[in-house]
Amino acid sequence: MISRLSIPTLGRWPRLPWDRLIPWLVPLTLLIVWQLLAQGGLINSRVLPAPTAVAEAALRLTTSGELLKHLTISTWRAAVGFLIGGGLGLFFGVVNGVFRPAELLADSSIQMIRNIPHLAMIPLVILWFGIGDQARIFLVALGVLFPIYVNTFYGIRAIDPGLIEMGQVYGLSPRQLFFQIILPGSLPSVLVGLRYALGIMWLTLIVAETIAAGSGIGYMAMNAREFMQTDVVVLAILLYALLGKLADSAVRWLERLWIAWHPSQNLS
Amino acid sequence: MSSTETFLAPVAAATGSHIRIHNLSKMFDQRPVLQNLNLEIGPGEFVAVVGKSGCGKSTLLRLLAGLETPCQGDIHLNGYPLRGINTLARVMFQDPRLLPWRNVLQNVALGLGQQGRSRSHWALQQVGLDHRARDWPTILSGGQKQRVALARALVTQPRLLLLDEPLGALDALTRLEMQHLIEQLWQEQRFTSLLVTHDVEEAVTLADRVLVIHQGTIDLDIPINLPRPRDLTQTELAVLKQRILQRILSR
Repeated sequence: MISRLSIPTLGRWPRLPWDRLIPWLVPLTLLIVWQLLAQGGLINSRVLPAPTAVAEAALRLTTSGELLKHLTISTWRAAVGFLIGGGLGLFFGVVNGVFRPAELLADSSIQMIRNIPHLAMIPLVILWFGIGDQARIFLVALGVLFPIYVNTFYGIRAIDPGLIEMGQVYGLSPRQLFFQIILPGSLPSVLVGLRYALGIMWLTLIVAETIAAGSGIGYMAMNAREFMQTDVVVLAILLYALLGKLADSAVRWLERLWIAWHPSQNLS
Repeated sequence: MSSTETFLAPVAAATGSHIRIHNLSKMFDQRPVLQNLNLEIGPGEFVAVVGKSGCGKSTLLRLLAGLETPCQGDIHLNGYPLRGINTLARVMFQDPRLLPWRNVLQNVALGLGQQGRSRSHWALQQVGLDHRARDWPTILSGGQKQRVALARALVTQPRLLLLDEPLGALDALTRLEMQHLIEQLWQEQRFTSLLVTHDVEEAVTLADRVLVIHQGTIDLDIPINLPRPRDLTQTELAVLKQRILQRILSR
């Protein structure tokens, strides 16, 4: 019986109550070292302000309501772009994965577009949509479409054909075959795509918001740069790290919910 | 649900399918695999098919399951011609082909509607695995997985069981256990069985009749009228096994 995936040569690690704190050890140490260096005057505060200065900036912007406003608009752009791009990627991935004629028709075109770096489209996107939210949402959607598409497509294609044959012999209808075998079988791969897509989602938004925007975290950082507010710039960068971590945790939660059977989930 | 609860057979036992194969031929890319094969299998009969690899024995099973379509000739089940997937039959493959995202019970209940649960418990009890109903298939041993696959095949009480080398990947001891289990369940439920195997010993211990297939036709068809359970030390069995083996090897 498989209990926990651990490399045997490393021996058995007992599960300790402070296991949950270990991942925070490295970031915390870095933070303390940074604070000490800044306080000792070894780092110029114009280059990198102390963590306490960043915390002060966070407090200041929170009480003025500015931070929440930028955070909300950024999250909204990310979510809308993600839903459009992810939805299209999932749709084309499923259709092309299941139906050969659809794959013949569409896959090579999608692969061609996929290989264009989507950020290279920025000048064209600005010409099309101007510098409004549409442009940013379009870029996010374009960025997340392909990782979801590719991983859904290959997730479906990688399903053991023996399982599909078994389903046919056991009298499953095409609908049952899809919902009971093809969809659950491709989920681990779809979730890998989801994780990639979330990373690309933030990346695209940062770039899009720093180039042309009047609100959002990226705008907040660019605006602060003009006034030499290094603390706000650092705060914006830290916020992206936090948002990225949050998105990753959401995927992990989905994995526990949807693919509890998968060996990556440490069956017991 | 307590593990001591017993589940009764859901429906009264019916008889097995009657199979008639007439002039059956199958080609893959101009290469003949089966040629003008004629065969009749009575209801409830246990037939084993042996032969060298590539002789067409698996193709015969796949044609009976409806997974392949004949190029020529036809298959009749209980007097009706077979079209598409054979819904009377259940297949056990060499690999268990369990769905890893469903627990053992849900795997057995595949494609069943509302009464699926209690029927599946019954089928798992037949193979002695009802206590593992809630486990993921991934953590079962190879023999246990094949027992779950057997329960899944028998849960609908099929009239025809097609066994495509189902014990080929198991170790010798587990294989003996599985042979006893299949024989016992067949004696209780009287479905028609077709076992494709490369193991002549397995064929003579389990079957009423052993067919040797060579170059797409039936080369030898011998009945085995020995009492069950059979013991391989019996002289008659050893003689039969030797005769079949020599026939296969002489070709």
